[in-house]
Amino acid sequence: MKTILTGNHAVAYAVKLSRVKVVSAYPITPQTTIVEKIAEMIAKGEMDAEFVNVESEHSALSVVYGSALAGLRSFTATSSHGLLYMYEMCWWVSNSRLPLVMAVVTRTIGPPWNIHTDHTDLMTLRDSGWIIAMAENAQEALDLTIQSFKISESLNLPFAVGLDAFVVSHTAEVVDVPDQETVDEFLPERKQAYRVDPNDVFAVGNIADNLETMRMRREMALDMEKAKGVIDEVGREFGEIFGRRYGLVEEYMVDDAEYIVVMTGAWSGDAKEAVDILRKRGIQIGLLKLRYIRPFPREVIERFDDRKILVVDRSFSMGHRGTLGIEVGNVVDCKNVVAGLCGVDVGFEDFKEMFERFVRGELGEVEWWI
Amino acid sequence: MEWLKTLISRPSKGVSGKTGYWRTFKPIYDRDKCVLCYECYVYCPENCVEIVEKVVKIDYDFCKGCGICSEVCPANAIEMVKED
Amino acid sequence: MLKEGIILCLGGQGGVTAGRILALACVKDGLYAQAIPHFGAERRGALVKNYFRLSDKPIRRHSPAKRGDFVVVFAEKILNLIDVKEILKEDGLVILNSKRGLNGLKCYYVNASEIALRLNLVSAGWPIVNTAMVGAIARVLNLSLDSVLSAVEDTFGGRLEDINKKAVEIAYGEVKSWSG
Repeated sequence: MKTILTGNHAVAYAVKLSRVKVVSAYPITPQTTIVEKIAEMIAKGEMDAEFVNVESEHSALSVVYGSALAGLRSFTATSSHGLLYMYEMCWWVSNSRLPLVMAVVTRTIGPPWNIHTDHTDLMTLRDSGWIIAMAENAQEALDLTIQSFKISESLNLPFAVGLDAFVVSHTAEVVDVPDQETVDEFLPERKQAYRVDPNDVFAVGNIADNLETMRMRREMALDMEKAKGVIDEVGREFGEIFGRRYGLVEEYMVDDAEYIVVMTGAWSGDAKEAVDILRKRGIQIGLLKLRYIRPFPREVIERFDDRKILVVDRSFSMGHRGTLGIEVGNVVDCKNVVAGLCGVDVGFEDFKEMFERFVRGELGEVEWWI
Repeated sequence: MEWLKTLISRPSKGVSGKTGYWRTFKPIYDRDKCVLCYECYVYCPENCVEIVEKVVKIDYDFCKGCGICSEVCPANAIEMVKED
Repeated sequence: MLKEGIILCLGGQGGVTAGRILALACVKDGLYAQAIPHFGAERRGALVKNYFRLSDKPIRRHSPAKRGDFVVVFAEKILNLIDVKEILKEDGLVILNSKRGLNGLKCYYVNASEIALRLNLVSAGWPIVNTAMVGAIARVLNLSLDSVLSAVEDTFGGRLEDINKKAVEIAYGEVKSWSG
């Protein structure tokens, strides 16, 4: 059914449709309306789940760590400082190989206080063993959330669904909400490698042999590599059932492109319009949207090593370059523009000018778009 | 899924080997003084005190000689004696 | 057919809700729409900007519109705070809550405050003009009245539903083009 939903409400409906059983979260702008909506649906009896109120994000993730460990499909959501406050538990979840889904509404990290979008918070999860995806709009936020449970549960790796503060989280737009039967057909019962059971006592994460622990990390790394295939396969299957195909990346006019722009998140839509404008002038430019940051779509990027590449970043690694600039630059040569940090608006007019300067060869190695 | 063996562990006796050799002082039990209050059984942090047929049995394979059983005994029925 | 609008209101007047009702009405008319509230330190009484897009195709851009094909003004005093021409495209039009329109601009006007007072749509001492303004905007954008009424039904329940539908209907009929 096509209706109007904010990105946050789209996530909330996806959580309901995915038959999540336990939700725990602590309010933080701009995430709050996700769990507000879920709490409302549970209170009205529209959703059969337990909502656990807690006093902090560290506790929120601890609660769903426990419920996921016990075998229940679980969900939490946070932003910015909330994510940083639960950071320790993020690693407990991933290193315990627990399937779990968290929405991260990307928000600037203070000080000074700022509630607007910036991807730096989400990027702090890169090394932790979470699968990280980024939605372009409310529809993708809903679709990725439904897929995330299937992907997470088939790999025993937790999954973070990112969506830009306000630009997606609070923008009301057209979303096609699938019906419960179709989601049930797509999403099987939860599975996981192990679960705690009072009748079968064991300890999780007790001290173990160093070499065995390192072997465990290698297996996790291999499973992350395997995730690439799983993500594409689940995205293809989702496309067959719901008519919207997903995968590690979205390729927009890249096949014949001499110039390729790489980016992630909501502003990719504005960038596609700028690509259209330059294309009309005969400039062969295309856009590669990274829908996933982890696992990193290295093989896709390698395919374009004979093109001129520009990476547009909404996050920055102090002392180096834009975060994606580092990541993509590790695979192919690229220029890097750092833009839109701290919620600075960047629209298609800005991208048009940025891409024109890129094509004219006027951009330095790292440019701050201020 | 080899990792599962490393991640989870089940309680079992002496996973770190026989820790009894760590001991400097050995608890020696005197049946005649014992009032069967079970304090030693409750307090032993290593779970190596058992009471079998009204007699305290200490598992010297795993007792590290911490002396807590002797400390909590109200009847002074356990004496810590230096090992040879 | 992408059209972009900027809705200017005062915090508490219901501009965010107005955007969502309009977006829902667009879907019911088979169109695509987007309502973007701009959040910051907005509070009751302060100027709030909302952005709105409608199109016959899916809308890709998510950035706030720099200039609107139309600018909606919920209260005349907003005209003292902001120069509407600065955020209006050439040939853009203004939809104003007032007894009269603006000279020198393509302008539609409706007395939404009076409609709200007439219907006793009042909260905390303010006439709540958002649904009347929705009616006027819908008329100017050629959305069907039925779709807007149905969107209001989906948004409100009980007494509020009836009274807000009435506000939409009246404004949809009363909005006029200003020739001054």
